[in-house]
Amino acid sequence: MNPLLDIENLWVRFPTRQGTFDAVRGISFSLGRERLGIVGESGSGKSMTGRAILRLIRPPGIVEADHIKLGGVDLLEKSEKEMRDVRGERISMVMQDPKFSLNPVMTIGDQIIEAYRLHNKASKSTAWTKALEMLEAVSIRNPERVMRAYPHEMSGGMGQRIMIAMMLIPNPEILIADEPTSALDVSVQRQVLDIMDKLVKERGMGLIFISHDLNLVADFCDRVLIMYAGRIVEVCDADKLHDAQHPYTRGLLNSLPRLDTPRDRLDVLTRDPSWSDAPSVSGRA
Amino acid sequence: MVRRPKRERSGMKMLEIDGLDVWFGRDRDRVDAVKQATFDVASGESFGLVGESGSGKSTILRAITGLAPTWSGNIKVGGQRIERKRARAFYKQVQMVFQDPYASLHPRHSVDAVLGETLHLHGFRDIDARVVRLLDDVGLGQKFRFRYPHQLSGGQRQRVAIARALAPEPELLLLDEPTSALDVSVQAEILNLLADLRQEHGLTYLMVSHDLSVVGHMCDRLAVMKDGEIVEIMDVADLRAMKATHPYSQHLLQASV
Repeated sequence: MNPLLDIENLWVRFPTRQGTFDAVRGISFSLGRERLGIVGESGSGKSMTGRAILRLIRPPGIVEADHIKLGGVDLLEKSEKEMRDVRGERISMVMQDPKFSLNPVMTIGDQIIEAYRLHNKASKSTAWTKALEMLEAVSIRNPERVMRAYPHEMSGGMGQRIMIAMMLIPNPEILIADEPTSALDVSVQRQVLDIMDKLVKERGMGLIFISHDLNLVADFCDRVLIMYAGRIVEVCDADKLHDAQHPYTRGLLNSLPRLDTPRDRLDVLTRDPSWSDAPSVSGRA
Repeated sequence: MVRRPKRERSGMKMLEIDGLDVWFGRDRDRVDAVKQATFDVASGESFGLVGESGSGKSTILRAITGLAPTWSGNIKVGGQRIERKRARAFYKQVQMVFQDPYASLHPRHSVDAVLGETLHLHGFRDIDARVVRLLDDVGLGQKFRFRYPHQLSGGQRQRVAIARALAPEPELLLLDEPTSALDVSVQAEILNLLADLRQEHGLTYLMVSHDLSVVGHMCDRLAVMKDGEIVEIMDVADLRAMKATHPYSQHLLQASV
Protein backbone atom coordinates (compact mmCIF):
# COMPACT_ATOMS: atom_id res chain seq x y z
CA MET A 1 0.00 0.00 0.00
CA ASN A 2 1.22 3.47 -0.84
CA PRO A 3 1.79 5.60 2.22
CA LEU A 4 -0.33 8.72 2.60
CA LEU A 5 2.67 10.74 3.62
CA ASP A 6 6.35 10.13 3.08
CA ILE A 7 9.07 12.25 4.58
CA GLU A 8 12.73 11.98 3.72
CA ASN A 9 15.57 13.66 5.61
CA LEU A 10 13.64 16.45 7.31
CA TRP A 11 15.58 19.23 9.01
CA VAL A 12 14.23 22.18 10.95
CA ARG A 13 16.79 24.87 11.76
CA PHE A 14 16.70 28.13 13.64
CA PRO A 15 19.55 30.59 13.19
CA THR A 16 20.55 32.16 16.51
CA ARG A 17 23.29 34.48 17.65
CA GLN A 18 25.22 31.43 18.85
CA GLY A 19 24.97 29.70 15.48
CA THR A 20 22.30 27.50 13.93
CA PHE A 21 20.13 25.45 16.22
CA ASP A 22 18.85 22.22 14.68
CA ALA A 23 15.48 21.38 16.20
CA VAL A 24 14.87 18.40 13.89
CA ARG A 25 17.91 16.67 12.41
CA GLY A 26 17.32 14.56 9.34
CA ILE A 27 14.39 12.30 10.13
CA SER A 28 12.56 10.10 7.66
CA PHE A 29 9.26 8.36 8.18
CA SER A 30 6.06 7.43 6.42
CA LEU A 31 2.42 7.38 7.43
CA GLY A 32 -0.19 4.98 6.12
CA ARG A 33 -3.80 4.65 7.21
CA GLU A 34 -2.70 4.14 10.78
CA ARG A 35 -2.26 5.85 14.10
CA LEU A 36 1.35 6.90 14.35
CA GLY A 37 2.57 8.17 17.71
CA ILE A 38 5.54 10.50 18.14
CA VAL A 39 6.85 10.69 21.71
CA GLY A 40 9.71 12.50 23.35
CA GLU A 41 10.49 15.09 25.99
CA SER A 42 10.03 18.80 25.50
CA GLY A 43 12.64 20.05 23.08
CA SER A 44 12.97 16.73 21.27
CA GLY A 45 11.51 18.20 18.08
CA LYS A 46 8.22 16.34 17.99
CA SER A 47 5.99 19.40 17.66
CA MET A 48 8.37 20.94 15.14
CA THR A 49 8.00 17.82 13.00
CA GLY A 50 4.21 18.22 13.00
CA ARG A 51 4.42 21.89 12.13
CA ALA A 52 7.05 21.34 9.44
CA ILE A 53 4.74 18.96 7.57
CA LEU A 54 2.14 21.72 7.23
CA ARG A 55 4.89 24.27 6.55
CA LEU A 56 3.77 26.27 9.55
CA ILE A 57 7.28 27.20 10.64
CA ARG A 58 7.77 30.91 10.11
CA PRO A 59 11.01 32.56 9.08
CA PRO A 60 13.71 32.81 10.38
CA GLY A 61 13.05 29.08 10.95
CA ILE A 62 14.16 26.96 8.01
CA VAL A 63 12.56 23.69 6.88
CA GLU A 64 14.65 21.47 4.63
CA ALA A 65 13.91 17.98 3.38
CA ASP A 66 14.63 15.77 0.40
CA HIS A 67 10.87 15.51 0.12
CA ILE A 68 7.63 15.69 2.08
CA LYS A 69 5.34 13.77 -0.22
CA LEU A 70 1.59 13.83 0.26
CA GLY A 71 0.11 11.26 -2.09
CA GLY A 72 3.11 11.53 -4.41
CA VAL A 73 3.24 15.34 -4.54
CA ASP A 74 6.04 17.20 -2.80
CA LEU A 75 4.64 19.78 -0.40
CA LEU A 76 7.92 21.71 -0.39
CA GLU A 77 7.45 22.67 -4.04
CA LYS A 78 4.02 24.15 -3.50
CA SER A 79 3.51 27.89 -3.34
CA GLU A 80 2.10 29.46 -0.20
CA LYS A 81 -1.25 29.83 -1.97
CA GLU A 82 -1.35 26.15 -2.94
CA MET A 83 -0.41 25.20 0.61
CA ARG A 84 -3.59 26.85 1.84
CA ASP A 85 -5.58 24.25 -0.07
CA VAL A 86 -3.64 21.51 1.65
CA ARG A 87 -4.07 22.85 5.17
CA GLY A 88 -7.41 21.85 6.58
CA GLU A 89 -8.64 20.12 3.44
CA ARG A 90 -6.03 17.37 3.17
CA ILE A 91 -4.04 17.65 6.38
CA SER A 92 -5.42 19.30 9.47
CA MET A 93 -4.01 19.84 12.90
CA VAL A 94 -5.36 19.90 16.45
CA MET A 95 -3.19 21.86 18.86
CA GLN A 96 -2.65 21.42 22.55
CA ASP A 97 -4.79 24.09 24.12
CA PRO A 98 -8.29 24.85 22.79
CA LYS A 99 -8.15 28.21 24.56
CA PHE A 100 -5.58 29.46 22.10
CA SER A 101 -6.86 27.80 18.94
CA LEU A 102 -10.47 29.02 18.95
CA ASN A 103 -11.35 32.56 18.00
CA PRO A 104 -12.65 34.20 21.21
CA VAL A 105 -14.90 36.74 19.44
CA MET A 106 -16.71 34.38 17.07
CA THR A 107 -19.43 31.93 18.05
CA ILE A 108 -18.54 28.25 17.82
CA GLY A 109 -21.14 27.79 15.08
CA ASP A 110 -19.70 30.55 12.90
CA GLN A 111 -16.22 29.10 13.25
CA ILE A 112 -17.22 25.59 12.24
CA ILE A 113 -19.34 26.90 9.37
CA GLU A 114 -16.42 29.01 8.18
CA ALA A 115 -14.16 25.95 8.24
CA TYR A 116 -16.69 23.99 6.21
CA ARG A 117 -17.48 26.66 3.65
CA LEU A 118 -13.83 27.43 3.04
CA HIS A 119 -13.39 24.02 1.49
CA ASN A 120 -16.89 23.18 0.25
CA LYS A 121 -19.30 25.16 -1.87
CA ALA A 122 -22.38 25.07 0.29
CA SER A 123 -25.17 27.35 1.38
CA LYS A 124 -25.19 28.67 4.91
CA SER A 125 -28.08 26.46 5.95
CA THR A 126 -26.50 23.22 4.73
CA ALA A 127 -23.29 24.25 6.44
CA TRP A 128 -25.27 24.83 9.64
CA THR A 129 -26.78 21.34 9.57
CA LYS A 130 -23.38 19.87 8.68
CA ALA A 131 -21.83 21.64 11.66
CA LEU A 132 -24.59 20.39 13.95
CA GLU A 133 -24.02 16.81 12.77
CA MET A 134 -20.31 17.17 13.37
CA LEU A 135 -20.83 18.45 16.91
CA GLU A 136 -23.07 15.48 17.58
CA ALA A 137 -20.38 13.18 16.18
CA VAL A 138 -17.94 14.44 18.83
CA SER A 139 -20.65 13.75 21.46
CA ILE A 140 -21.51 17.28 22.41
CA ARG A 141 -24.84 17.40 24.14
CA ASN A 142 -27.19 20.19 23.18
CA PRO A 143 -25.34 21.18 19.98
CA GLU A 144 -27.79 23.99 19.11
CA ARG A 145 -26.82 25.87 22.25
CA VAL A 146 -23.12 25.23 21.65
CA MET A 147 -23.39 26.59 18.10
CA ARG A 148 -24.51 29.94 19.50
CA ALA A 149 -22.00 29.97 22.37
CA TYR A 150 -18.59 31.65 22.52
CA PRO A 151 -15.40 29.72 23.31
CA HIS A 152 -15.07 31.11 26.86
CA GLU A 153 -18.37 29.44 27.76
CA MET A 154 -16.90 26.01 27.01
CA SER A 155 -14.90 23.76 29.31
CA GLY A 156 -11.48 22.49 28.21
CA GLY A 157 -12.77 19.09 27.19
CA MET A 158 -15.63 20.57 25.18
CA GLY A 159 -13.28 23.06 23.54
CA GLN A 160 -10.99 20.28 22.43
CA ARG A 161 -13.90 18.26 21.02
CA ILE A 162 -15.05 21.36 19.13
CA MET A 163 -11.54 21.74 17.71
CA ILE A 164 -11.64 18.12 16.57
CA ALA A 165 -15.05 18.68 14.98
CA MET A 166 -13.75 21.74 13.17
CA MET A 167 -10.64 19.97 11.96
CA LEU A 168 -12.55 16.95 10.69
CA ILE A 169 -15.40 18.73 8.94
CA PRO A 170 -13.44 19.31 5.68
CA ASN A 171 -12.77 15.54 5.73
CA PRO A 172 -8.95 15.58 5.59
CA GLU A 173 -6.80 12.56 4.76
CA ILE A 174 -4.41 13.18 7.61
CA LEU A 175 -4.96 14.57 11.09
CA ILE A 176 -2.00 15.80 13.09
CA ALA A 177 -2.84 15.97 16.79
CA ASP A 178 -0.24 17.82 18.85
CA GLU A 179 -0.77 16.89 22.52
CA PRO A 180 -4.53 17.06 22.05
CA THR A 181 -5.34 15.82 25.53
CA SER A 182 -2.51 17.18 27.69
CA ALA A 183 -4.61 20.07 28.95
CA LEU A 184 -7.50 17.77 29.89
CA ASP A 185 -8.41 15.66 32.92
CA VAL A 186 -7.83 11.92 32.80
CA SER A 187 -11.53 11.14 32.71
CA VAL A 188 -12.16 13.54 29.81
CA GLN A 189 -8.94 12.48 28.10
CA ARG A 190 -10.26 8.97 27.43
CA GLN A 191 -13.48 10.35 26.00
CA VAL A 192 -11.70 12.69 23.56
CA LEU A 193 -9.37 9.89 22.47
CA ASP A 194 -12.26 7.50 21.85
CA ILE A 195 -13.98 10.07 19.66
CA MET A 196 -10.81 10.70 17.69
CA ASP A 197 -10.21 6.98 17.33
CA LYS A 198 -13.73 6.34 16.07
CA LEU A 199 -13.62 9.13 13.51
CA VAL A 200 -10.18 8.17 12.26
CA LYS A 201 -11.26 4.55 11.82
CA GLU A 202 -14.57 5.36 10.14
CA ARG A 203 -13.01 7.73 7.64
CA GLY A 204 -9.84 5.73 7.03
CA MET A 205 -7.63 8.66 7.91
CA GLY A 206 -4.00 8.71 8.87
CA LEU A 207 -3.29 10.10 12.32
CA ILE A 208 -0.07 11.54 13.68
CA PHE A 209 -0.40 11.68 17.43
CA ILE A 210 2.24 13.77 19.17
CA SER A 211 2.50 13.29 22.91
CA HIS A 212 4.89 13.15 25.84
CA ASP A 213 2.77 10.52 27.57
CA LEU A 214 4.24 7.09 26.88
CA ASN A 215 1.42 5.07 28.39
CA LEU A 216 -1.20 6.95 26.46
CA VAL A 217 0.63 6.41 23.19
CA ALA A 218 1.26 2.74 23.92
CA ASP A 219 -2.44 2.37 24.51
CA PHE A 220 -3.80 4.40 21.64
CA CYS A 221 -1.47 4.15 18.64
CA ASP A 222 -0.41 1.43 16.20
CA ARG A 223 3.21 2.46 15.75
CA VAL A 224 5.46 4.74 17.76
CA LEU A 225 8.47 6.88 16.88
CA ILE A 226 10.60 7.88 19.84
CA MET A 227 12.42 11.15 19.35
CA TYR A 228 15.44 12.45 21.20
CA ALA A 229 17.31 15.68 20.43
CA GLY A 230 15.76 16.04 16.99
CA ARG A 231 16.31 12.48 15.85
CA ILE A 232 14.31 9.28 15.86
CA VAL A 233 16.10 6.91 18.24
CA GLU A 234 13.68 4.03 18.06
CA VAL A 235 10.65 2.82 16.15
CA CYS A 236 8.40 0.12 17.52
CA ASP A 237 4.90 -1.25 17.50
CA ALA A 238 2.85 0.47 20.17
CA ASP A 239 1.85 -2.74 21.92
CA LYS A 240 5.53 -3.66 22.21
CA LEU A 241 6.58 -0.26 23.58
CA HIS A 242 7.09 -1.72 27.02
CA ASP A 243 9.71 -4.08 25.59
CA ALA A 244 11.56 -1.21 23.92
CA GLN A 245 15.31 -1.65 23.62
CA HIS A 246 16.82 1.81 23.43
CA PRO A 247 18.19 2.99 26.81
CA TYR A 248 16.41 6.35 26.39
CA THR A 249 13.00 4.74 25.92
CA ARG A 250 13.72 2.37 28.80
CA GLY A 251 14.76 5.33 30.96
CA LEU A 252 11.55 7.19 30.19
CA LEU A 253 9.44 4.15 30.98
CA ASN A 254 11.26 3.50 34.25
CA SER A 255 10.94 7.07 35.43
CA LEU A 256 7.15 6.78 35.60
CA PRO A 257 5.62 6.00 38.97
CA ARG A 258 3.30 3.02 38.72
CA LEU A 259 0.36 2.07 40.86
CA ASP A 260 0.89 -1.67 40.61
CA THR A 261 4.63 -1.72 41.36
CA PRO A 262 5.49 0.57 44.26
CA ARG A 263 9.10 1.72 44.61
CA ASP A 264 10.93 3.80 47.15
CA ARG A 265 12.78 5.83 44.56
CA LEU A 266 12.08 6.52 40.93
CA ASP A 267 14.80 5.87 38.38
CA VAL A 268 16.33 9.02 37.04
CA LEU A 269 17.30 9.20 33.41
CA THR A 270 21.06 9.42 32.85
CA ARG A 271 21.64 10.87 29.43
CA ASP A 272 24.34 9.43 27.22
CA PRO A 273 25.79 11.98 24.76
CA SER A 274 26.08 9.22 22.15
CA TRP A 275 22.27 9.08 21.89
CA SER A 276 22.13 12.43 20.15
CA ASP A 277 25.07 11.59 17.86
CA ALA A 278 23.67 8.26 16.68
CA PRO A 279 22.08 8.47 13.21
CA SER A 280 18.33 8.74 12.97
CA VAL A 281 16.38 5.50 12.64
CA SER A 282 14.08 5.32 9.63
CA GLY A 283 10.43 5.46 10.62
CA ARG A 284 9.06 3.75 7.53
CA ALA A 285 6.51 1.01 8.00
CA MET B 1 7.22 -2.15 50.30
CA VAL B 2 9.21 -0.60 53.08
CA ARG B 3 7.53 2.62 54.09
CA ARG B 4 9.71 5.27 55.57
CA PRO B 5 9.37 5.39 59.33
CA LYS B 6 6.93 8.09 60.24
CA ARG B 7 8.17 10.73 62.61
CA GLU B 8 5.71 10.16 65.40
CA ARG B 9 5.55 13.32 67.41
CA SER B 10 3.38 11.61 70.01
CA GLY B 11 0.84 11.09 67.20
CA MET B 12 0.34 14.83 66.85
CA LYS B 13 -1.84 16.13 64.07
CA MET B 14 -0.03 18.62 61.83
CA LEU B 15 -3.17 19.75 60.05
CA GLU B 16 -6.79 19.36 61.03
CA ILE B 17 -9.55 20.52 58.73
CA ASP B 18 -13.11 20.36 59.91
CA GLY B 19 -16.22 21.37 57.96
CA LEU B 20 -14.33 23.64 55.58
CA ASP B 21 -16.48 25.59 53.11
CA VAL B 22 -14.94 27.83 50.46
CA TRP B 23 -17.04 29.92 48.11
CA PHE B 24 -16.54 32.61 45.51
CA GLY B 25 -18.90 35.40 44.50
CA ARG B 26 -22.18 36.02 46.25
CA ASP B 27 -25.93 35.69 45.95
CA ARG B 28 -26.84 34.58 42.45
CA ASP B 29 -23.22 34.19 41.34
CA ARG B 30 -22.09 32.26 44.37
CA VAL B 31 -20.03 29.19 43.57
CA ASP B 32 -19.36 26.72 46.35
CA ALA B 33 -15.90 25.48 45.50
CA VAL B 34 -15.38 23.34 48.60
CA LYS B 35 -18.22 21.90 50.66
CA GLN B 36 -17.76 20.55 54.18
CA ALA B 37 -14.27 19.17 53.70
CA THR B 38 -13.04 17.28 56.75
CA PHE B 39 -9.73 15.46 57.06
CA ASP B 40 -6.55 15.56 59.05
CA VAL B 41 -2.90 14.98 58.35
CA ALA B 42 -0.58 13.52 60.99
CA SER B 43 2.80 15.03 61.65
CA GLY B 44 5.32 13.60 59.19
CA GLU B 45 2.61 12.13 56.99
CA SER B 46 2.17 12.73 53.28
CA PHE B 47 -1.43 13.22 52.29
CA GLY B 48 -2.76 13.46 48.73
CA LEU B 49 -5.78 15.23 47.26
CA VAL B 50 -6.96 13.94 43.89
CA GLY B 51 -9.83 14.80 41.58
CA GLU B 52 -10.45 16.42 38.23
CA SER B 53 -10.04 20.12 37.52
CA GLY B 54 -12.66 22.19 39.22
CA SER B 55 -13.16 19.68 42.03
CA GLY B 56 -11.79 22.12 44.61
CA LYS B 57 -8.54 20.40 45.52
CA SER B 58 -6.31 23.41 44.92
CA THR B 59 -8.87 25.66 46.59
CA ILE B 60 -8.35 23.78 49.85
CA LEU B 61 -4.64 24.60 49.72
CA ARG B 62 -5.40 28.21 48.90
CA ALA B 63 -7.83 28.45 51.81
CA ILE B 64 -5.20 27.09 54.19
CA THR B 65 -2.58 29.64 53.10
CA GLY B 66 -5.07 32.51 53.03
CA LEU B 67 -5.15 32.97 49.25
CA ALA B 68 -8.90 32.26 49.22
CA PRO B 69 -10.30 34.65 51.81
CA THR B 70 -13.95 33.53 51.80
CA TRP B 71 -14.03 30.38 53.87
CA SER B 72 -15.66 29.07 57.00
CA GLY B 73 -15.04 26.09 59.22
CA ASN B 74 -12.08 25.06 61.28
CA ILE B 75 -8.47 24.88 60.15
CA LYS B 76 -5.88 23.92 62.73
CA VAL B 77 -2.17 23.83 62.02
CA GLY B 78 -0.06 22.17 64.69
CA GLY B 79 -3.03 22.28 67.04
CA GLN B 80 -3.38 26.04 66.61
CA ARG B 81 -6.62 27.37 65.13
CA ILE B 82 -6.11 29.59 62.06
CA GLU B 83 -7.65 33.05 62.29
CA ARG B 84 -8.63 35.27 59.36
CA LYS B 85 -5.46 37.28 59.85
CA ARG B 86 -2.59 34.90 59.89
CA ALA B 87 0.29 35.49 62.28
CA ARG B 88 3.82 35.73 60.95
CA ALA B 89 4.59 32.44 62.72
CA PHE B 90 2.06 30.75 60.46
CA TYR B 91 4.11 31.46 57.35
CA LYS B 92 7.17 30.03 59.03
CA GLN B 93 5.23 26.85 59.64
CA VAL B 94 3.39 26.48 56.31
CA GLN B 95 4.76 27.03 52.82
CA MET B 96 3.44 26.29 49.36
CA VAL B 97 4.93 25.15 46.04
CA PHE B 98 2.87 26.06 42.98
CA GLN B 99 2.12 24.18 39.81
CA ASP B 100 3.75 26.32 37.19
CA PRO B 101 7.41 27.12 37.85
CA TYR B 102 7.29 29.54 34.91
CA ALA B 103 4.67 31.70 36.58
CA SER B 104 5.70 31.47 40.23
CA LEU B 105 9.15 33.06 39.96
CA HIS B 106 9.70 36.76 39.28
CA PRO B 107 11.32 36.99 35.82
CA ARG B 108 13.65 39.84 36.84
CA HIS B 109 14.79 38.51 40.20
CA SER B 110 17.84 36.28 40.29
CA VAL B 111 17.75 33.05 42.28
CA ASP B 112 19.89 34.81 44.89
CA ALA B 113 17.40 37.68 45.20
CA VAL B 114 14.40 35.33 45.43
CA LEU B 115 15.90 33.27 48.23
CA GLY B 116 17.62 36.20 49.94
CA GLU B 117 14.45 38.26 50.12
CA THR B 118 12.44 35.38 51.54
CA LEU B 119 15.09 34.77 54.20
CA HIS B 120 15.27 38.47 55.03
CA LEU B 121 11.48 38.68 55.42
CA HIS B 122 11.55 35.81 57.84
CA GLY B 123 14.15 37.57 59.94
CA PHE B 124 17.18 35.42 59.31
CA ARG B 125 20.57 37.07 59.73
CA ASP B 126 22.96 34.56 58.15
CA ILE B 127 21.37 34.95 54.73
CA ASP B 128 24.48 34.22 52.70
CA ALA B 129 25.19 30.88 54.35
CA ARG B 130 21.54 29.90 54.19
CA VAL B 131 21.21 30.61 50.45
CA VAL B 132 24.21 28.34 49.88
CA ARG B 133 22.68 25.62 52.02
CA LEU B 134 19.24 25.87 50.39
CA LEU B 135 20.72 25.55 46.90
CA ASP B 136 22.69 22.49 47.99
CA ASP B 137 19.57 21.03 49.60
CA VAL B 138 17.61 21.12 46.37
CA GLY B 139 20.56 19.83 44.35
CA LEU B 140 21.26 22.97 42.35
CA GLY B 141 24.63 24.09 43.70
CA GLN B 142 26.43 27.42 43.60
CA LYS B 143 26.63 27.99 39.88
CA PHE B 144 22.91 28.65 39.74
CA ARG B 145 22.93 31.31 42.45
CA PHE B 146 23.07 34.37 40.23
CA ARG B 147 20.96 33.10 37.37
CA TYR B 148 17.60 34.47 36.31
CA PRO B 149 14.54 32.24 35.77
CA HIS B 150 14.84 32.36 31.98
CA GLN B 151 18.31 30.83 32.27
CA LEU B 152 16.90 27.77 34.04
CA SER B 153 15.04 24.74 32.74
CA GLY B 154 11.57 23.85 34.02
CA GLY B 155 12.93 21.32 36.49
CA GLN B 156 15.59 23.72 37.80
CA ARG B 157 12.94 26.41 38.24
CA GLN B 158 10.79 24.06 40.25
CA ARG B 159 13.85 23.32 42.41
CA VAL B 160 14.23 27.05 43.08
CA ALA B 161 10.54 27.24 44.00
CA ILE B 162 11.04 24.35 46.43
CA ALA B 163 14.13 26.05 47.89
CA ARG B 164 12.10 29.21 48.42
CA ALA B 165 9.40 27.23 50.20
CA LEU B 166 12.03 25.58 52.42
CA ALA B 167 13.70 28.89 53.33
CA PRO B 168 11.64 29.66 56.46
CA GLU B 169 12.18 26.06 57.66
CA PRO B 170 8.50 25.09 57.50
CA GLU B 171 6.91 21.99 58.96
CA LEU B 172 4.04 21.67 56.51
CA LEU B 173 4.56 21.94 52.77
CA LEU B 174 1.55 22.40 50.49
CA LEU B 175 2.33 21.05 47.02
CA ASP B 176 -0.04 22.10 44.25
CA GLU B 177 0.63 19.81 41.27
CA PRO B 178 4.39 20.29 41.63
CA THR B 179 5.32 18.15 38.62
CA SER B 180 2.43 18.37 36.18
CA ALA B 181 4.19 20.98 34.02
CA LEU B 182 7.35 18.87 33.75
CA ASP B 183 8.58 16.01 31.55
CA VAL B 184 8.38 12.50 33.01
CA SER B 185 12.15 12.22 33.39
CA VAL B 186 12.28 15.55 35.25
CA GLN B 187 9.19 14.60 37.24
CA ALA B 188 11.08 11.58 38.58
CA GLU B 189 13.94 13.84 39.75
CA ILE B 190 11.62 16.27 41.51
CA LEU B 191 9.58 13.50 43.17
CA ASN B 192 12.79 11.90 44.44
CA LEU B 193 13.97 15.28 45.72
CA LEU B 194 10.69 15.84 47.55
CA ALA B 195 10.88 12.38 49.12
CA ASP B 196 14.47 13.04 50.29
CA LEU B 197 13.62 16.45 51.71
CA ARG B 198 10.71 15.03 53.62
CA GLN B 199 13.02 12.45 55.14
CA GLU B 200 15.81 14.92 56.00
CA HIS B 201 13.69 17.75 57.36
CA GLY B 202 10.84 15.70 58.81
CA LEU B 203 8.30 17.55 56.72
CA THR B 204 4.57 16.97 56.41
CA TYR B 205 3.18 17.11 52.87
CA LEU B 206 -0.26 17.94 51.60
CA MET B 207 -0.08 17.26 47.88
CA VAL B 208 -2.61 18.00 45.16
CA SER B 209 -2.39 16.07 41.92
CA HIS B 210 -4.62 14.82 39.14
CA ASP B 211 -2.22 11.93 38.58
CA LEU B 212 -3.13 8.97 40.75
CA SER B 213 0.16 7.19 40.19
CA VAL B 214 2.11 10.24 41.43
CA VAL B 215 -0.04 10.40 44.56
CA GLY B 216 0.31 6.64 44.94
CA HIS B 217 4.07 7.04 44.84
CA MET B 218 4.37 10.02 47.17
CA CYS B 219 1.60 9.73 49.74
CA ASP B 220 0.48 7.51 52.60
CA ARG B 221 -3.20 8.41 52.44
CA LEU B 222 -5.37 10.33 50.01
CA ALA B 223 -8.74 11.97 49.64
CA VAL B 224 -10.72 11.79 46.41
CA MET B 225 -12.68 14.94 45.57
CA LYS B 226 -15.59 15.54 43.25
CA ASP B 227 -17.57 18.75 42.78
CA GLY B 228 -16.12 20.32 45.92
CA GLU B 229 -16.79 17.37 48.18
CA ILE B 230 -14.49 14.72 49.54
CA VAL B 231 -16.11 11.48 48.44
CA GLU B 232 -13.58 9.07 49.89
CA ILE B 233 -10.49 8.99 52.07
CA MET B 234 -8.33 5.91 51.68
CA ASP B 235 -4.91 4.39 52.27
CA VAL B 236 -2.52 4.15 49.36
CA ALA B 237 -2.40 0.38 49.94
CA ASP B 238 -6.12 0.25 49.15
CA LEU B 239 -5.53 2.39 46.09
CA ARG B 240 -2.89 -0.01 44.82
CA ALA B 241 -5.17 -2.96 45.46
CA MET B 242 -7.87 -1.09 43.48
CA LYS B 243 -10.11 -1.25 46.53
CA ALA B 244 -11.96 2.02 46.09
CA THR B 245 -15.48 1.97 47.48
CA HIS B 246 -17.01 5.11 45.99
CA PRO B 247 -18.05 4.72 42.32
CA TYR B 248 -16.32 7.96 41.36
CA SER B 249 -12.95 6.85 42.78
CA GLN B 250 -13.36 3.53 41.00
CA HIS B 251 -13.99 5.39 37.77
CA LEU B 252 -10.91 7.56 38.35
CA LEU B 253 -8.79 4.48 39.08
CA GLN B 254 -9.91 2.76 35.92
CA ALA B 255 -9.23 5.84 33.82
CA SER B 256 -5.66 6.12 35.07
CA VAL B 257 -4.50 2.51 34.77
